Amino acid sequence: MSWIDIGALDDVPLRGARLVKTRVGCVAVFRTAEAEVFAASNTCPHKNGPLSEGIIHGQSVTCPLHNWVFDLNTGEAQGADDGRIATYPVRIDGGRILLDAASLDQRSAA
Amino acid sequence: MSSKQKLVIIGAGMASGRMLEHLTDAAPDAFDITLFNAEPRGNYNRIMLSPVLAGDQSYEDIVTHDDAWYAARGITCRFGERVTAIDRAAKVVTGESGPVAYDHLVFGTGSDPFMIPMPGHDLDGVIAYRDLEDTEQMMAMGAGNRVVVIGGGLLGLEAAAGMAARGADVTVVHIMGHLMERQLDPAAGYLLRKSLEEKGIKVLLNAKSTEIAGENGQVRALLLEDGTVLPCDLLVMAVGIRPSIALAQETGLAVGRGIHVDDQMRTSDPSVFAVGECVEHDGAVFGLVAPLYDQAKVLAETLQGRDAVYKQKSLSTKLKVTGCDLFSAGDFAEGDGREDIVFRDPARGVYKRLVIEGDRLVGAVMYGDTADSNWFFGLIRDGDDVSDMRETLIFGPAFQGGGAADPLSAVAALPPEAEICGCNGVCKSTITDAIAAGATDLGAIRAETKASASCGTCTGLVEQLLQVSLGDAFQMPTEQPICGCCDLTHEDVRRLIKSQALKSQEAVWQELGWKTVNGCHVCRPAVNFYLLVDWPLDYRDDPQSRFVNERKHANIQKDGTFSVVPRMWGGITTPDELRAIADAADKYQVPTVKVTGGQRIDLLGVKGEDLPFIWADLNKAGMVSGHAYSKGLRTVKTCVGTDHCRFGTQDSTGLGIKLEQVLWGSWTPHKLKLAVSGCPRNCAEATCKDIGVVCVDSGYQISIGGAAGMDVKETELLVQVATEEEAIEVVMAVTQAYREGAKYLDRLYKWMAKVGLDWIKDTLVDDLENRRAHAERFELSQSIYRTDPWAEHAKQAQRYQPLSDLTLEAAE
Repeated sequence: MSWIDIGALDDVPLRGARLVKTRVGCVAVFRTAEAEVFAASNTCPHKNGPLSEGIIHGQSVTCPLHNWVFDLNTGEAQGADDGRIATYPVRIDGGRILLDAASLDQRSAA
Repeated sequence: MSSKQKLVIIGAGMASGRMLEHLTDAAPDAFDITLFNAEPRGNYNRIMLSPVLAGDQSYEDIVTHDDAWYAARGITCRFGERVTAIDRAAKVVTGESGPVAYDHLVFGTGSDPFMIPMPGHDLDGVIAYRDLEDTEQMMAMGAGNRVVVIGGGLLGLEAAAGMAARGADVTVVHIMGHLMERQLDPAAGYLLRKSLEEKGIKVLLNAKSTEIAGENGQVRALLLEDGTVLPCDLLVMAVGIRPSIALAQETGLAVGRGIHVDDQMRTSDPSVFAVGECVEHDGAVFGLVAPLYDQAKVLAETLQGRDAVYKQKSLSTKLKVTGCDLFSAGDFAEGDGREDIVFRDPARGVYKRLVIEGDRLVGAVMYGDTADSNWFFGLIRDGDDVSDMRETLIFGPAFQGGGAADPLSAVAALPPEAEICGCNGVCKSTITDAIAAGATDLGAIRAETKASASCGTCTGLVEQLLQVSLGDAFQMPTEQPICGCCDLTHEDVRRLIKSQALKSQEAVWQELGWKTVNGCHVCRPAVNFYLLVDWPLDYRDDPQSRFVNERKHANIQKDGTFSVVPRMWGGITTPDELRAIADAADKYQVPTVKVTGGQRIDLLGVKGEDLPFIWADLNKAGMVSGHAYSKGLRTVKTCVGTDHCRFGTQDSTGLGIKLEQVLWGSWTPHKLKLAVSGCPRNCAEATCKDIGVVCVDSGYQISIGGAAGMDVKETELLVQVATEEEAIEVVMAVTQAYREGAKYLDRLYKWMAKVGLDWIKDTLVDDLENRRAHAERFELSQSIYRTDPWAEHAKQAQRYQPLSDLTLEAAE
C-alpha cells in the first residue's frame, strides 16, 4: 500500500462525490456519511456514465444516465443489471482522504 | 521507607485514581506515593458533573477519593500545586513548593478543553465544560438567563440540558448537519434534536460561529457567519478536548497528539509512564472512561513488574440527558461488505440501526428504545457470528433461539395484545379478529378497526398480519409505494409531510418508517421536492438529492459533457447578448450551437470543469440560467404581438417576459413550459403547453394541461380574464396548486386528470381569496428561489474541478 493524500474530507459534499484524475482514468471518491468514503471507477460499464454525478444513497451510487445501481463496497451492479466497477482502497486520516496509489498501478499493469 | 519504590503521579484524575486503587489494593506497602494535582482537590467522577449541573446530585456525591482515602493509603497529596520542572536524568520532579525524587513517574495530566480562538474567546463568561468551577458557573444560570452552547456533541448537549432544566433559555450552536455526528447517524440525530427542542432548547445546525461580542470585558452575544446574533449571559464552548501534553513535551518525551505510550503504558523514557486522556496509543487518543480504566489496570500491573498488555476495544456511548434515550457503539467506518438493518417505529419515536460486516455485528445506533443495547454491545465486542439470527436480529434477544427465522415470524410471534396502530390504539387481536370476521383487505381493516387509518405508518404491519392470517388469499394493494424504501404512496407522503409538519428528510425517513438509511435515487428527489414546496422557509433544497442536471445546473449529455442554455426572456435577445454567446462558444470550443424549440440558444458539448467559467462569462453579459435542465419553469414562448404583427390583439411578448420574470427559478413536479400567443392564430403554440395564454381583443384566455411530448395534449380553457395582472395571478395560483398537489414527475396534465379541471376552476377561478392565497404562497417560495444558480455556482469553481490530479505525479 502507498497512501496518497488526495484532498480534504470536507471538500467532498456529504452524499456527494468528487473526481480524481489518475493515469488509469478517472476515479470517483464518494462520501457516504460524515466520516465514510469509498473510491471506485468513475465509469459505468453500461454506457460509460459518470458515476461521480450520480445520486448517492446508503453505500450505493446510482448512475445518472440509466439508473444502474452499484454497491460501493464490492463494485457489483445491483438488481437485474450485470456488471462491476473497480474499487480502490481509501481511508480517512485527520480529515484528509488517502487513496492507495499501489492499487492503481496494479490495475494498469494487469 | 527506603526499601519502598518512589512513585510520583502528576494529575489526580479518574485514570490515575483507578490505577492507585489497583496498586494500593494489590501492593499496599510497595510504594511511597506522591500525588500532584493542579486542581485544589482530589479525584472525583467528572462524568457525573452533568447530574450535578442538572441538580440530581451534589459535588459530595461524586467524590471518588476523599482525604481519608488518601490518608489511609499513605499517599502524599500535593493538591492545588503545579509541577514546574522535571529532571529525568536526576529523576526529580519539582513542584511549586519543592522537589521530590522518583523511581517511577506517571503522567495523568488528562486533557484540556479546546477553545476556538475566535475574537472574544477570552471574555468573562466564556467557559468550557471541564471541571467543577465551570459547572458552578453554569449552575448559576436560571430563569431569565440566556446561554449559548457551542458544540452539539455529548458534553455540549449535557451542559445544554442541565441549564435548560434550571430554567435558562438555551441555544445550541453546532457546525455540522446533525447532532453528535461522530456517534449518531442523521436519523438518530434528528430524533435527539426533536427531544431537545421539546425541552425548550433551541438547536441551530450548520451554524458557524465567527465572533463573540462583549461589553466591559463580559460576554454579550455570539455572532454567526450568516449574520445571526445570539445574545447571551454565558457562553459554553464544548467543541472537544485535546490531550494535555505541554509538560511532557517540555520534558522531552515523545509526543504526537498525546503522549506516546506502548502496550504497557510506558513512554519513550522507561521510568516514565502515562495513563488516561493525555496518552496516544497506537494512533488513538481517548475521551471515554472505559478505555481509561483498562489502561489504569494495565499500568498498575506494569508498575508491579507483572506482564499486562493494553488493547483497544470497541466503545459504546450513552447520553446522560433525562428523556433522551440513545445508545451508540462500534464502528461505522467504511469497509468491504457492510450492510445495514434499519428498524423504525414512528409512533414510539424509536430508531435502530445495525451495521453488519460478513457474519458479525460491527456497529449499532439506537434511539428511543435502548433496552437491548447491552446485548447488542456484547455481540459487537465479542465478535459473535450472527448469521443464524440475521433476519430477526434487530428485534433483540427476545426473538432469538429456536428454529430458522422467517421474516414474517416476528409479526406472527407478537402477542395478541401487542399494539399495532399507535394512533388509534388498535392491538393485534382486534385486527386478527376482524380478519377472521371477513375483512380481507386493507380498506376493510381500516373501516372495521381504524388500524392504519390515521397516520398510515403501520400499513406495512397490517398488511403483514393479513398475509400471515390469509396466506395466498391476500393480495398486496395495487397502489404502489414510492419505492422499496417505504410502504407509502407519493400521495400519502405528501399528505403526511403537511399534516405532521415534517420539515427535514431525516424527519420524513423516521416518522414515515423508511426502511433504508437515507433513501435511494427514486425517493430522495421526490421527498426533497415535497419538503421545499411545503416548507420554503424551513427547508433548504438538498443538491445531493437532485438528479445530476439539477445539481450541476446543466444538462448532462451521453458523453458526459454538458449543455448550457442562457435565459432569453420571452424569446427576446439583443446583439450584445448574441455576441457574448458567440464569444463563449469560441472560447470554450463548443462543438454544437443549436436554436431550441423554446426560443433560445443551446451550447452543447461543454466540459464539466468549464461550466463555472462559461457561466461567469455569460453572467458578465447580463444573462442568467435558462433552467433548461430543471423540473421547473423552462421558458415562456411568445410571438411578437401588437409590437409588430398586424393581427396582434395584445402585447404578448411583454406578458411573456413578465410571466417568465415572475416564475423563473421555481421548482415544479416536472418541467413547466408556457407560451403566450398574441391572437387566436396562436403562432407561439400556446395550446400545447402546460400553461398557455391566448390573447383576444377582450383579454386573455388561460388554458392548461397541454403537452407535446410522449403524449400530445391540447390545453383546456380554465378562464378568460380582462387584465395582465389577473392573468399573472391566475398563472401563479395554478403553478402553486400544481406544486402543492401533484406527484413528483407528473406533468401538469396528469395532475389535472387526477384532481379534475372542475376542482381547479372551483379553487382558483371562482374562489378569489383562495386564488390570491395560492399566488401569495408561490411568491413566498419565490423570495427564496428566484435567483440565478449560475452566479452562485460560478463562485465555487473549484467544486467543478477534479479533487486531485494524480496524472501529474512523476511516473516512477
